[in-house]
Amino acid sequence: MIGNIVRTGWMNLRRDRAAWMLSFVVPIVFFSIFASIFGGRRSSTPRVTVLIVDEDRSDRSKRLVNALRAESALKVIDKADAASAEAVIKKGDAAVALVIPKGFGTTQITFGPAKAGAPSFRMLRDPSDMIAPQVVSGMLQKTLFVGMPDMMITGGMDALEKFGGPLTPQQRENLQKQATNLKNLPRQKQQQGDLVKLDVTDVVGSKDNPIIAFYGAGVGVMFLLFTASGAGGALLDEVESGTLDRILSTRVSMSKLLAGKLVYLWSLGVAQLIVMFVWGALVFRLPLMSHLAGFAIMTSVTALTCATFGLLLASVSRTRAQLSAISTLAVLSISALGGSMFPRFLMSEKLQRASLVLFNSWALDGYINVFWREAPLSTLVAPVAVLIGWAVVFFFIARQLARRWEFV
Amino acid sequence: MANPLVVTNLVKSFNGRKALDGVSLDLRQSEILGLLGPNGAGKSTLVRTIMGRVTPNSGEVAIFGRGAPAGDNVAREQVGVVPQEIALYPLLTARENLMVFGRYHGLHGDALDHAIQESLSWAGLAERAFDATKQLSGGMKRRLNMAAGVIHKPKLLLLDEPTVGVDPQSRERIYQMIETLRAGGVSMIYTTHYMEEAERLCDRIAIIDHGRIIASGTKDELVRSTIGDKREMVMVEKVPSLEAVFLHLTGRDLRE
Repeated sequence: MIGNIVRTGWMNLRRDRAAWMLSFVVPIVFFSIFASIFGGRRSSTPRVTVLIVDEDRSDRSKRLVNALRAESALKVIDKADAASAEAVIKKGDAAVALVIPKGFGTTQITFGPAKAGAPSFRMLRDPSDMIAPQVVSGMLQKTLFVGMPDMMITGGMDALEKFGGPLTPQQRENLQKQATNLKNLPRQKQQQGDLVKLDVTDVVGSKDNPIIAFYGAGVGVMFLLFTASGAGGALLDEVESGTLDRILSTRVSMSKLLAGKLVYLWSLGVAQLIVMFVWGALVFRLPLMSHLAGFAIMTSVTALTCATFGLLLASVSRTRAQLSAISTLAVLSISALGGSMFPRFLMSEKLQRASLVLFNSWALDGYINVFWREAPLSTLVAPVAVLIGWAVVFFFIARQLARRWEFV
Repeated sequence: MANPLVVTNLVKSFNGRKALDGVSLDLRQSEILGLLGPNGAGKSTLVRTIMGRVTPNSGEVAIFGRGAPAGDNVAREQVGVVPQEIALYPLLTARENLMVFGRYHGLHGDALDHAIQESLSWAGLAERAFDATKQLSGGMKRRLNMAAGVIHKPKLLLLDEPTVGVDPQSRERIYQMIETLRAGGVSMIYTTHYMEEAERLCDRIAIIDHGRIIASGTKDELVRSTIGDKREMVMVEKVPSLEAVFLHLTGRDLRE
């Protein structure tokens, strides 16, 4: 009997082109858009556009601009004056501008409090971008240290003499020679001189295309919720058309009917996730084959919980229109908070903890454990247990609410 | 042999208002019992109680001698339901709809295939078996709606206004379908607002109002018990009804 309910659901879906598109095509399109935008880039740091206004136009300021231009994290655009840079920021084409002050080339760098009357750099910024000004500020300091070592040496000599006593003429001469040598080094060699050696190793994330896993899971779970709530609405169609009465006058009880609907929604969800992840593997090199077991576990339980959630939404609603409004609001809200649209690790700690109330955040964590952290299957125990727990709760409530259709 | 349906003293209240107020009736073998009454009289509540969809406050429904409380689908395996709504899946074909409801009634394999063929033929839909239900005309949907209710060959059939909104040709066809069922021994409860339909099809009629059966019997018995034995002979010139004119002009054959 349950098999017949599942078969009926699939037959209806096969004839409903719009539902078919929403279930299988739209998620792939969305996933592809996200993957194309965020997944094509291998470097994890996007380049920050910075407008440079060189009011000094000295040899030293030109060296600084060139050193900044050589930084891979920055995209440097020259501007003639501060007013034109400000106009560009106001227009929204850049978030930050750096103005190199007149006199920079003739002023010695000081370690400690700045000298009175020393020219100061100015930063013009769009405060809505909280990251770019910090990046530019940090890169300016780093470039002065690493990219212009001769300045550091002469400034350092002054500081050493000030706080540690005068240098001997021989020491001063040696240091001046070293400063001149460093100044004359080719720019690339200057740039190589980091203060400390730093080796970077990615310890989590797929080596091929790391960010795809995030969006595969995020978009997949969000659309699973939309599909489940939409397909769960078939129950309301049956109520409104009188078909439910007819079904319940056969051998099918309400419990069997809901169980059949659950199996159908689960199979639809599993199919939807398989299609999307296979697409991700074929087009965006998502490492599906090497994570099949984890994918199978997470897909099974995620589809189960989403299916029960769809049934719950349908049984809460009185009409299709009501279901549409409730499900749109609910799915968008829990998708945003649960991490489908925005990775949870970028949220505040408080919000991250609070979002653990939502079942979809556990689903995403499970997928991320599989594809991103490449964690052992034992780490899936908690997400799986929570998801199954929610599924039981959702189904129980849906069954209770469905009593109103059963008997009057 | 027990009567197909015996309803005893059914009472059902909704928010303090009595929709059924001590309804009792029985249905005999191969009989069509017409259930007439104005809107809100309690017809639908009575039919839904017999279907097992309404739990009565008191009283009993017995089907072929067996008590059938609400939700007892085993006791209702011999019952078919033809609701007033087109309770079908619009995207599925006529054949697929019959297959779905046949399976819900426990039919499988050859028995199901045979029942589908027979039902399609009975409803005059064999040639439209593979058309989506939403593409069928109103009359065809009505007939398919009936076919889905009898796919499992019930011995007791509940028909709720099965001819609403259909053209005279389809209505004629539906009458023939019902006559075929009666000839096959099916007993029926038939609710309708069309008096001529009740006169033509029903062996007995029960009139329900304010949740009570206020009269029941054959047409002659109802006339005798309400108007009396007096007869008045009136000479009238018989003018054919508009329906007769329509059928004369367009024929009785089904168009779809």
